Amino acid sequence: MGAQLRDYRRRIASVSSTKKITRAQELIATARIVKAQQRVAQSTPYAREITRAVSAVASHSNAKHPLIGERPRLLRAAILLITADRGFAGAYNTGAIKQAEQLAALLAGEGKQVDRYVVGRKGAAYYRFRGVPMAGEWSGFSDNPQYGDAAAIGDALLESFEKGGENGGVDEIHVVSTLFVSMLSQSPVVARFLPLEIEETTEAPVGGVFPLYEFEPSPAEVLDALLPHYIKARLFNALLQSAASEHAARRRAMKSATDNATELIKQYTRLANGARQAEITQEISEIVGGANALADASAESQ
Amino acid sequence: MAELEVALVAADREVWSGTASMVIAKTADGDVGVMPGHQPIMSVLKPSVAVIKTVVDGAPGDVLRVALHGGFIAVDENRVSLLSEAAELASEIDVPRAEEALARARAGEFDRDSEAAAERAELRLRATGRATAQ
Repeated sequence: MGAQLRDYRRRIASVSSTKKITRAQELIATARIVKAQQRVAQSTPYAREITRAVSAVASHSNAKHPLIGERPRLLRAAILLITADRGFAGAYNTGAIKQAEQLAALLAGEGKQVDRYVVGRKGAAYYRFRGVPMAGEWSGFSDNPQYGDAAAIGDALLESFEKGGENGGVDEIHVVSTLFVSMLSQSPVVARFLPLEIEETTEAPVGGVFPLYEFEPSPAEVLDALLPHYIKARLFNALLQSAASEHAARRRAMKSATDNATELIKQYTRLANGARQAEITQEISEIVGGANALADASAESQ
Repeated sequence: MAELEVALVAADREVWSGTASMVIAKTADGDVGVMPGHQPIMSVLKPSVAVIKTVVDGAPGDVLRVALHGGFIAVDENRVSLLSEAAELASEIDVPRAEEALARARAGEFDRDSEAAAERAELRLRATGRATAQ
């Protein structure tokens, strides 16, 4: 077998095994998107109820709360960046990181110091490689986050927020996550989680006007207990959305990788066929040439 | 007779929803029993076992026992929402596992979290009615 032909065959074999891997990844991601979407849907009743409860307390009492309202001096801001633990997901990680960096530049432009909190190995690796210090990092659950993970992150962020910018904590918390718009579209979004803002509105709240609740032990204490849960529920939702986006992005990236591999195999097969054909043609012409030479030689000797 | 519409919601799923004649839960101020026509309340729940007396097609059904690891109760116009980061129906609780967790927590295997873990395990066992008074 000719060297060229052998080379093409080797390439076909290697692309085929790559294709098997990307195809498997694609199928796994496809199966997991559905599950991730279901988990987003399952977490909505809690998020809805707790949002309603918070709105009810907030509209009922004008209790002041440390988590509500701008602080007079904003010295430090925290950014929580949610990325994946693994790559192979197209622009998913870079999209989120880019968004976070834009936000960091904006905040720095406003004269605030930026603390970075990172979820997911990819985001952490990005900052570590560039020597950017991180105030906190969590990983190992990006594709299947549990409520406990959101609670752990929430506790760390709330603790830092309660300390305040003057004492080494932060005055603002922004979260960069990836919103699952549809199977084909996921977009990185920035949301400010803390401090919370009370919006005055004349619209009727979702689910009807709030009844005159009796709060036990007191409106302030109920609000105090509710708000951390509200923050954690929102964080959990951001984690779940990001997980669904991660799977969708991975599915798309792996699908195009599989398609590319198919295309490459087709091209190499053509080239290999051409090379084989050329080899055969050359062999035939060599044999014919040799036979002719022999025939000529024997004719001359007679 | 009027019935209560109860929704028992944990952070990651809706655990149970349906109609009931009475809900008993333990709030920061003490036990409350909610029956149809109760005034609107919203209160903070202690980690406790709540009891839901269900109604199926107008007839009294099962009595559900639920382990609620903290949370909130909101009652308004015969709608009762029980919100909790973690809520488990007694029927879902794995008793041998909870017993093992309790034993391990009592032995201090979870370091700083041991006390909290022991409380959680005990709460689960109480919900299934198998807690041993110690």
